[in-house]
Amino acid sequence: MSRALKYLLFYKKRLISGYTVKILGTVVELFIPWIMAKILDEVVPAVKASGNYVPLIFWGGLMVLVALLARFMNMFANRRAAWTSKEAIKTLRDDLFEKIMSLSGKQTDSFGIPSLVSRLTSDVYNIHGFFNIIQRIGVRAPLIIAGGLVISATLDPVLTLTLVATLPFVFIIVFTISRKGVPLYTAVQSSVDEMVRVIREDISGVRVIKALSKEDYEKERFEGANSATVKNELRAAGVMAASGPFISLSLNLGLVLVIIVGAFRINSGASLPGVIVAFLTYFTMILNAVITVNRIFVDYSKASASAARVWDVMDSESDLKITPTADGSKASDHLIEFRNVSFTYGDQKDLSDEKLVLKNISFTVDKNESLGIIGATGSGKSTILSLLMRYYDTTCGDIFVEGRNIKEYEPGELRSKFGAAFQNDVIFADTVEENISFGRDLSHEEVEKASKAAQAYDFIMGKEGGFEHEASIKGGDFSGGQKQRLFIARALAGKPEILILDDSSSALDYKTDAKVRKAISSEYSDSVLISVAQRISSVMKMDKIIVLDDGKMIGCGKHEELMENCDVYKEIAQSQLGSLA
Amino acid sequence: MAEDKKTVIVGRGKAVEHAKDPKAALRFLWSYLSRFKLLLLFALFLTLASNTLALVGPELSGKAIDALKGKGMVDFETAFRYAAIMAVFFVVSAALSYGLSLLMRSITQKIIRKMRQDVFDKLMTLPVSYFDTHMAGDIISRISYDIDVINTSLSTDVVQILASTVTIVGSFIMMVKISPILVLVMCVTIPASFLYTKKMTGITRPKFSLRSKRLGEMNGFVEETVGAQKVIQGYAGEPVYVKRFGNINRIAADAYYDADYMNATIGPTVNMVNNLSLCLVTIFGALLYILGRMTLGSVSSFVLYSRKFSGPINEAANIIGELQSALAAAERVNRILSEDVEPADINDAYELQDVKGNVEVKKVDFGYSPEKLILKDFSLKADAGKLIAVVGPTGAGKTTLINLLMRFYDPASGEIRVDGYENKELTRRSLRRSYAMVLQDTWVFGGTIFDNIAYCKKDASMEEVVAAAKAAHIHSFIMHQPEGYNTVLTEDGVNISKGQKQLLTIARAMLLDARMLILDEATSNVDTRTEMHIQSAMEKLMKGKTCFIIAHRLSTIEHADEIIVVDDGRIKERGSHSELMAKRGAYYSLYAAQIE
Repeated sequence: MSRALKYLLFYKKRLISGYTVKILGTVVELFIPWIMAKILDEVVPAVKASGNYVPLIFWGGLMVLVALLARFMNMFANRRAAWTSKEAIKTLRDDLFEKIMSLSGKQTDSFGIPSLVSRLTSDVYNIHGFFNIIQRIGVRAPLIIAGGLVISATLDPVLTLTLVATLPFVFIIVFTISRKGVPLYTAVQSSVDEMVRVIREDISGVRVIKALSKEDYEKERFEGANSATVKNELRAAGVMAASGPFISLSLNLGLVLVIIVGAFRINSGASLPGVIVAFLTYFTMILNAVITVNRIFVDYSKASASAARVWDVMDSESDLKITPTADGSKASDHLIEFRNVSFTYGDQKDLSDEKLVLKNISFTVDKNESLGIIGATGSGKSTILSLLMRYYDTTCGDIFVEGRNIKEYEPGELRSKFGAAFQNDVIFADTVEENISFGRDLSHEEVEKASKAAQAYDFIMGKEGGFEHEASIKGGDFSGGQKQRLFIARALAGKPEILILDDSSSALDYKTDAKVRKAISSEYSDSVLISVAQRISSVMKMDKIIVLDDGKMIGCGKHEELMENCDVYKEIAQSQLGSLA
Repeated sequence: MAEDKKTVIVGRGKAVEHAKDPKAALRFLWSYLSRFKLLLLFALFLTLASNTLALVGPELSGKAIDALKGKGMVDFETAFRYAAIMAVFFVVSAALSYGLSLLMRSITQKIIRKMRQDVFDKLMTLPVSYFDTHMAGDIISRISYDIDVINTSLSTDVVQILASTVTIVGSFIMMVKISPILVLVMCVTIPASFLYTKKMTGITRPKFSLRSKRLGEMNGFVEETVGAQKVIQGYAGEPVYVKRFGNINRIAADAYYDADYMNATIGPTVNMVNNLSLCLVTIFGALLYILGRMTLGSVSSFVLYSRKFSGPINEAANIIGELQSALAAAERVNRILSEDVEPADINDAYELQDVKGNVEVKKVDFGYSPEKLILKDFSLKADAGKLIAVVGPTGAGKTTLINLLMRFYDPASGEIRVDGYENKELTRRSLRRSYAMVLQDTWVFGGTIFDNIAYCKKDASMEEVVAAAKAAHIHSFIMHQPEGYNTVLTEDGVNISKGQKQLLTIARAMLLDARMLILDEATSNVDTRTEMHIQSAMEKLMKGKTCFIIAHRLSTIEHADEIIVVDDGRIKERGSHSELMAKRGAYYSLYAAQIE
């Protein structure tokens, strides 16, 4: 929490000016009852006696003036509070978003996307609420408590001490309850994550749910998440609701004590009945202020739970460390080299055969060479690409790109060499042009050229607005094959050194697929192509083909060679090409 | 609907503000509150009780203090008796207010729970097109953020308003009793604050609506980009997206501030009006006293009551902001609830039973927007048990055909019949249940592998599930997972490839006993060897069923009873594999392309 507050403290000057005006406004407002008492007690009798109305007009006018002044001061302070908290929150959210964008694949997996989304939204809202409240009432209430105590101490120090004696109880209640609140609100937030997850899933699976008429089942599933959230919220609320009444109770009992002690003191002549009456007035003020402070603490527990969740993300150190070698010498003579690479998604120390997704893979790709990767579903093809682009680090072994270990590259530096069309790629709700240029500084000509090569130009121009057409959510207005061609265009547009196509033509008909491949080899011949595919026709013309089976490399070579010496490859080829093989 | 669509399409930063109807939002909230009339009545009773106690408190302490007459004259017995009564009274009052606060929170939670469930249930009844046009992040924002805003406001503000009303009414009565003439001063200031507040809420309301909307848009962006984080990293696009987020974040934060900025004037201004009325009361009271129309004592107690009177008004003015944002949130929630649902089944819709599987598509025209037809004059006939393959270039309208068969959309003209009944005459449920479907975009949900496979069959046994998984050749992969069939999958799961997801959904379809089967690129990401291995299982799956297969790998459809070649929404060719090969037309060239 203290680290969240640092964002607010960044605006020290504005905070101080805001607080100062707030304090002044509070004080000025307190003058109103004072002036009123003055008018009724002194001015009016005098006016009645003298018939001179000037003092009445003077004090009345002053009161009006003070009322106006108080308005402007409070308004100014409130606006300033709103301004500083929104600026602080904006910066916090920017930083968190930047951090999330930089998380490694493994970190993203372990937080889960729904949880990241809710940390960036609802947790930050909680902190925002807290920032607002501490500025608006955070200073006024303590001021009243302190002021009230000082004035009552001048009235009767012993009675004030009696009242002060109850304060430790009050603080203990406030602290224990707000401390208890933190884990309770953490539980609330994680059950919200769970609820968000169900909603997300069902939005993406709406067709399947409807097809199977499973709406009722999904409603029940949501009901489970909903009830869990409600249960956690009630548990948190039940605890937090206790603090207010308990605080009033202990202060009020303090008051009873004051009366009892007061009885003895008055009896002994140490105090006067009038003092006790005045004491009661200030006591009410203090009580209200303490209850307000308590409200701040309730908000504190909530915000503090949220801040902890935010900093969980902020503190997750990049697990993809950049480790430069001292001499910077070339460690490999190839464009790409995999050297004895093994990998598991799970425990990095568990190297049992069952857990390894890739097993001791070594291969090289040179400039002007192209690479095809083929193998059964789940054999580890996409994992090779994830390692090459360093979404994950290898469990054993090293990967070199242009002679340097990929661990030496800045993440952006490594990935800018690639243009990749993934299986789980995404179309954004944005223009087609923007979906292809994807935030890179690309000219329209480059975008157009890429879309022509990807055989996407015609259907893009067929849409209303052409390249300026706004794609609908998740590319809902494009067919599966059209989306894939947009992904390919996106990958091509940056003229990457290494072009990666991860089963990107699975939804394309063979004719279109062939046209795409032809266009790539003629228009983008400088790019080294790495293609993962199920279709033999997508890889058979590659300079080098790797055959994977259950994480092991069981063949590597040209089509003709593999037809000779790799049974699995031969079987795949014959099954697809039939008599044409 | 139209309005929402606009929001989404206009998207980033260009949205248009619409006039809002606060009464509808209030009615909406009341429709929930009114379900708990009795509990609310009880809450009102508790409020009254604790407020009355609040008035008795000073009375008791006054009596106790009266007993402290001065040095040596203290009536200890009376003082202690009242002190004891006070202690009891404070305990009761604390218990009451704790009870009240618990009660309000439990009512609120009941309401919130119901509201969330209603929104979700509603989502389940919305047509597929709704999800094609609305950002998931914005929908989520309505269920989480907006409902949470309502939650906060209901659990604290309602009690406060109830309590304030009691105090305001009580003090007003007291003031009228003391001096009806001085109350006339209030006749100026109360309408003044009222009119001012009304005017200001008119100004701030759209700002609060805009705030909710902007936050929703930001959520939409966050959901989209965080979900696509890997792709963005792949293009080293983090700085660009961080910058874009910065803009959207700024817009959202500014909208938040704008609402707060205007709102910040309400509290202090109402406060000022109250203070001015205090001034007027004091001055006129003084004049009345000077003119001998009032005693000084009644002037000062009038002033005391008018302070009591204005306190809650100030507080109310301070929570107006919260109420406004709750109303704006309620409006957004209500908008989902008033979306058009999938049109209801017609009155005497027929429950499709003992399906034979005769499907006929007759002269169907269809487009997602009326001006652009995707399918044109499309007809086909599939007799029970036949295998129909649909091939053609991407974007030709193949997936659209499935949308129509499953009745996710209705055709613009023409008709689709199953066993002689027109789709529209059937209950959607029975129609959809009669198809099993494996789609290109596979879907797994957060649950165990077992649950994912058994999804369409309520009481599937472990044996059945394992058998289906074995047939789909996914059993050994499952057994490799840490918890076997109990391994929990997530939507964004990493350990499962797209091909494996397809095998899972094939296993799922195997458990569903339907007479018609749709395979839309069901094995596009499955390698051909695995595909061959599951061939016999697929044949068993297809046996006796009317099958619609969409596939690019033409080897998988060679044995179809009829192959339909679609291009640009029209049927180009139809016939068996050998007929079409002999024709040397569109089909032949598609086939030949496989080895290009």
